[in-house]
Amino acid sequence: MSRFLVPLGFIIFVIFLGKGLTLDPKEIPSPFIGKAAPDFSLVSLHDANKMIKPADYKGQVWLLNVWATWCVACRAEHQTLVNISQQKIVPIVGLNYKDESELAIRWLQQLGDPYADVAVDADGRVAINYGVYGAPETFIIDKKGIIRYKHIGPINPQSWQQKILPLVQQLNAEAG
Amino acid sequence: MKKIFFIFSAILLSVFLNSANAKFDTLVFENEKMEKDYKILVAELRCLVCQNQNLADSNAELAVDLRNQVFEMLGKGSNRQQIVDYMVARYGDFVMYKPPIKPTTYLLWFGPLLLFVMAFAVVFMFMRGQKAQTTKISAQAQEKAHSLLDD
Repeated sequence: MSRFLVPLGFIIFVIFLGKGLTLDPKEIPSPFIGKAAPDFSLVSLHDANKMIKPADYKGQVWLLNVWATWCVACRAEHQTLVNISQQKIVPIVGLNYKDESELAIRWLQQLGDPYADVAVDADGRVAINYGVYGAPETFIIDKKGIIRYKHIGPINPQSWQQKILPLVQQLNAEAG
Repeated sequence: MKKIFFIFSAILLSVFLNSANAKFDTLVFENEKMEKDYKILVAELRCLVCQNQNLADSNAELAVDLRNQVFEMLGKGSNRQQIVDYMVARYGDFVMYKPPIKPTTYLLWFGPLLLFVMAFAVVFMFMRGQKAQTTKISAQAQEKAHSLLDD
């Protein structure tokens, strides 16, 4: 009996290590899951007289996408976002993170604008309030204004199909 | 001539090497306690971009922002615990450079010790097994020796 203890212990150890190899240590779980989206009031990128707040989107499921023109991965996910926005399943609100508005406007003109609106977070303070530590990051916020999921890194068609879309559909079915 | 060139380039090099520090934030603290608290906080908070560095060492833009945040909060009168709570509320326990001892981190803190004890136990059992075998062999050898001798 005790002869198998050591090889068994070793195999269990290897399984743990193997699982560890599939995990990404850079992904920090958000402490906001299940908590209300922090409030903010930021000027809109396209209209200097308009302020954007999370309360504007109460009653519907929406995505808050943190992006910037200096962010290479944001460029990579942009086409996916444009495609998603064209399906008109869920509104995407942009949070322009530590960027220059002129560059941002031009970027969207050239590459397409998937955003229902874009809030300008020039100094990144609102992003810090959301626990953002890099771009792009996308928050899925439900009808009551509670953050239900945070997607770290660019959204590709696979993560949209397998993770984000199912959750959006599930949240859409929930009462507001 | 060569000597002058050498001395000149040494001076130039030291000037440039020192200017590498010039981009560090120069913060003016209101009092000594604030400065002390600041130094402790930026050493015990992790940079979330360069995740193996603390806020004090990291040059990532987020680290600069968070250092400024710490400085501002100290200026407004927050104490160290409040600032740590602020960061943990936004980034989770991972933002603390030294992880807290909670049920989720028991394995992290006690794992190495546990492994060491298990390894020691394995070696111990192995050694016990070895001794029994050698006695068995010598008993067999003794029998053989007896039978050969009795012939």
